[in-house]
Amino acid sequence: MNYLDEHLLPGQLGRFFIVLSLVASLVATFAYFKTVRSKNDIDGGYWKKLARYAFIVELLSVFTIFGLLFYIISHHLFEYKYAWQHSSRQLEPKYLLACFWEGQEGSFLLWSIWHCVLGLILIKTAKKWEAPVMTVISFAQFCIASMIVGVYLFGEKIGSNPFVLIRDSGFLDTTPIAHVGMDVNGPIRPDYLRLPFMQDGNDLNVLLQNYWMVIHPPVLFMGFASTIVPFSFAFAGLWKKNFGEWTKPALPWALFSAAVLGVGIMMGAAWAYESLSFGGYWAWDPVENASLVPWLILIAGIHTLLIYKHTGHSLRTTHLFFILSFGFVLYSTFLTRTGILGDTSVHAFTGEGKSLFYHLQLFMGLSLIPAFVLYFINYKDIPSIKQEESGSSREFWMFIGSLVFFLSAIVIIGKTSLPVLNKIMSSLSGFLPFKFLKQAIAPPEDPEFAYNQIQIFVAIIIAVLTGLTQYLKYKNTSSKFFWKQVLVPLILSAVAATLVLAFGDVTYYHPRGGYGFLAAIWMGIACSVYAVVANAAYIWIGLKGKLKLSGGSIAHVGFGLVLLGILLSSSKKEILSYNTSGISIPFDATSKEKTGENLTLVKGVKNDMGRYWVTYENDEQHPVKKEKWFFNIHFQRKDGKEEFMLRPSAYIKVKGNEGIQPEPDSRHYLDHDVFVYLTALPAPEKNKDTASFSPRTVSVGDTIFYTNGFMIVDRVMANPSDEKYHYSRSDTALVANITVFSKQGTRYHLRPVFYVKNNQANYILDTALSQNLIVAFTQVTLDKKVVLQVKESNSVMKYVTMKAYKFPFINVLWLGIIITALGILISMVRRIQLNRSSKTGP
Amino acid sequence: MKKIHIILLVSIAAAIAVLITFLRTTTTYDTVETAMNKPGRFVHLMARWDRSQPLEYDAIKNPNYLSFTAVDTMGKSVKVIYHNPKPENFEISDRLVLKGKYENGLFNCDGIQTKCPSKYKDDKKNAEKSIQQASGSATGNPDTKY
Repeated sequence: MNYLDEHLLPGQLGRFFIVLSLVASLVATFAYFKTVRSKNDIDGGYWKKLARYAFIVELLSVFTIFGLLFYIISHHLFEYKYAWQHSSRQLEPKYLLACFWEGQEGSFLLWSIWHCVLGLILIKTAKKWEAPVMTVISFAQFCIASMIVGVYLFGEKIGSNPFVLIRDSGFLDTTPIAHVGMDVNGPIRPDYLRLPFMQDGNDLNVLLQNYWMVIHPPVLFMGFASTIVPFSFAFAGLWKKNFGEWTKPALPWALFSAAVLGVGIMMGAAWAYESLSFGGYWAWDPVENASLVPWLILIAGIHTLLIYKHTGHSLRTTHLFFILSFGFVLYSTFLTRTGILGDTSVHAFTGEGKSLFYHLQLFMGLSLIPAFVLYFINYKDIPSIKQEESGSSREFWMFIGSLVFFLSAIVIIGKTSLPVLNKIMSSLSGFLPFKFLKQAIAPPEDPEFAYNQIQIFVAIIIAVLTGLTQYLKYKNTSSKFFWKQVLVPLILSAVAATLVLAFGDVTYYHPRGGYGFLAAIWMGIACSVYAVVANAAYIWIGLKGKLKLSGGSIAHVGFGLVLLGILLSSSKKEILSYNTSGISIPFDATSKEKTGENLTLVKGVKNDMGRYWVTYENDEQHPVKKEKWFFNIHFQRKDGKEEFMLRPSAYIKVKGNEGIQPEPDSRHYLDHDVFVYLTALPAPEKNKDTASFSPRTVSVGDTIFYTNGFMIVDRVMANPSDEKYHYSRSDTALVANITVFSKQGTRYHLRPVFYVKNNQANYILDTALSQNLIVAFTQVTLDKKVVLQVKESNSVMKYVTMKAYKFPFINVLWLGIIITALGILISMVRRIQLNRSSKTGP
Repeated sequence: MKKIHIILLVSIAAAIAVLITFLRTTTTYDTVETAMNKPGRFVHLMARWDRSQPLEYDAIKNPNYLSFTAVDTMGKSVKVIYHNPKPENFEISDRLVLKGKYENGLFNCDGIQTKCPSKYKDDKKNAEKSIQQASGSATGNPDTKY
């Protein structure tokens, strides 16, 4: 059958290039493998040439696939499921790229692209390590390509193809209108693309329509993708039985990966902070944990690698850490993409179903099992030093630090893996002896605290170690030397920490943690101050101010600031929106006297909120995104020193989503943020107005009663010209000045207008929003009485319910992250230079 | 034995201890019946909103009070009190994870996780739904020739 209006060429090309990339990566893997195994250089050279060609073909295919998919999305070719599912005509062009990572296929594609880029650089620079390292990467490319190939093999679907047509995808199967003769068993009708619902796509998740979402996923994926490089080097070392030498070229790569992955994760945190409404940047959500764990292990690996470089210790551990950090990248993909997390994550990722579940397990197995087998076979042969590290040596304490990082990662991933444990247990349930083992385990009552109470101690240990260890020398440190150097920063930071604690007013009290937890927070703050001071001081004391050499110290300063920022911002976070608005609050009997953390603002009414007066002034519709509304909330400090406007927004009634999707807004100060988001809006169906006007004939000075008070007609003015109305003598307009007195003691002034234009009577209504009161001035009687129409409506009440926080010192965290990344990149550049000079040297 | 080995053993033991302690603090997924059987214990109640029973929420009166009736798959129901605004997707969610305690005949809820058939969470079902809705409106279209 011929279907109308379809553009099939991009899809056909796309499918072709997916298959080509799959085949090319397999060829590259095989040819690189043969290069490693070849006995002589001529053979090896031949295979290597083939492998490189294959890899380039693969690279070009992946980029072409990306381009074709972009073409399909940006040209709104909704015959393709991917475009229909993830984009729409009204999507702003800057978010077109974000459509890629909403879907499974697009994010695999992104991962693949980064592998290609990294592979290209490795081909240029890795020299003799090229063949074994690229074998691993090409194989990973093969695995990823298989995720998007979308073919059926022995009845199992392998991968999910981004170029699948909507008519082939099964979406239309149950829709009679899309079929010939309205019969779902019949063929799809030829003009299905002209059906109304095919005219526009399903649109991108509104949460992803945020500038952070344009940049966070590519950076995070580059971080994920780059962990394969240290892994491949470690693998190559084991494979070629050339232990240790690989660490030299691998170190800059590991540093690169750590910087990019770290920044990528924290960009996600910044996105969460700016566009999600859980009131923070980190929630120990499984998705966050799954990306943090590889980073922690990578950092541990970098430190053990440095130990090896300087002393010869810890090479075995370095292998293990690099293998595991890549392993946990795969594991995190498994956790977040297969839907296994189920009820434990607020992020609910679509599971592509059973096939992806096993597919990813296979990928993990095929990459990790050979690595571990090689690791254990060669374990005894990996050189290690029998002699014990001295307790006064740098390497000893660096190792302790790495170990703490590693174990902290294991604890985090252990807790995150509860659903996996449940799954394993339930599949074994037939064999389990005890009943309690069969019951699914749910997260604890306060999951965040379960993480915090442990990780605070990790923070304390790490903060101290980053500071102290710098002042130790490798191998052995004389105590006189150590104390002489360490004393000044110690005193300095003791003073600084005392100041921070004395004036910081950290009085966080957690009901479970109690004062012990508060003490730990104080300790953590003191130790992170020490980490900042000691590392900054080391740049001068130890490195004589040579910034080029001090990447490590700079990164440590940054990390100290990160810890400090986290501790201060979380422990001093304040809720501003305690309900003091007088409108409400008959706390019912069952209430556990929980003061409301959410405040309802009625439009136009000034509310008392702590040190501010807040007023919900008005709302505005987004010019392009019609479902998006901005709510202007005016803040005025009670001392009159400052006033500003915050504009939290919300998507109202997005497709397939009846509720609201709020986006916070915040005002940034150097030392804190005021952070506001909406928690409730009136339901649209409530806005149907059923009340009607009732006429009241009154004279000036008369009183009219309404449900919640009364109003007095003060006077009637003819053709007034003032700030509100501008009438001239030639007009015929009467304005009634009315004062409304509510039972709560508030007063409002209403000025409805009655005017005649072109021999027709007209009215301008006036409303007292918070009183649900509308008054119209409709007539003047012969005896000079005025007829007012009064309506009490339930629909005029426009309000928003919001939650406001004060986040102190959040900027310390963001600054810390930038400094950490900068420090890591400085040491990366330095390591690359060192590697170059050692190669060209004698 | 080197001291590094001792430290290694101690820290691994500590990590295991931490994980075991963690397992002791974990809670359970429950039905209304089993939650009622352990009053005062924190549980994850799996249920849905019983639409036939009244829901009480008025943001003007008190934005921090929501009360409704939850019913589980066994058909047993319980009244739920929640001291926060009504979650965004409450009306359309077909499943709720209610985190809280059963006390004095009420389920006092600290957190509600809504599970929606929305497009982010259950792509296919929702897309099908929206297609059907769209096609429902299309049936009345005079241009429909088939």
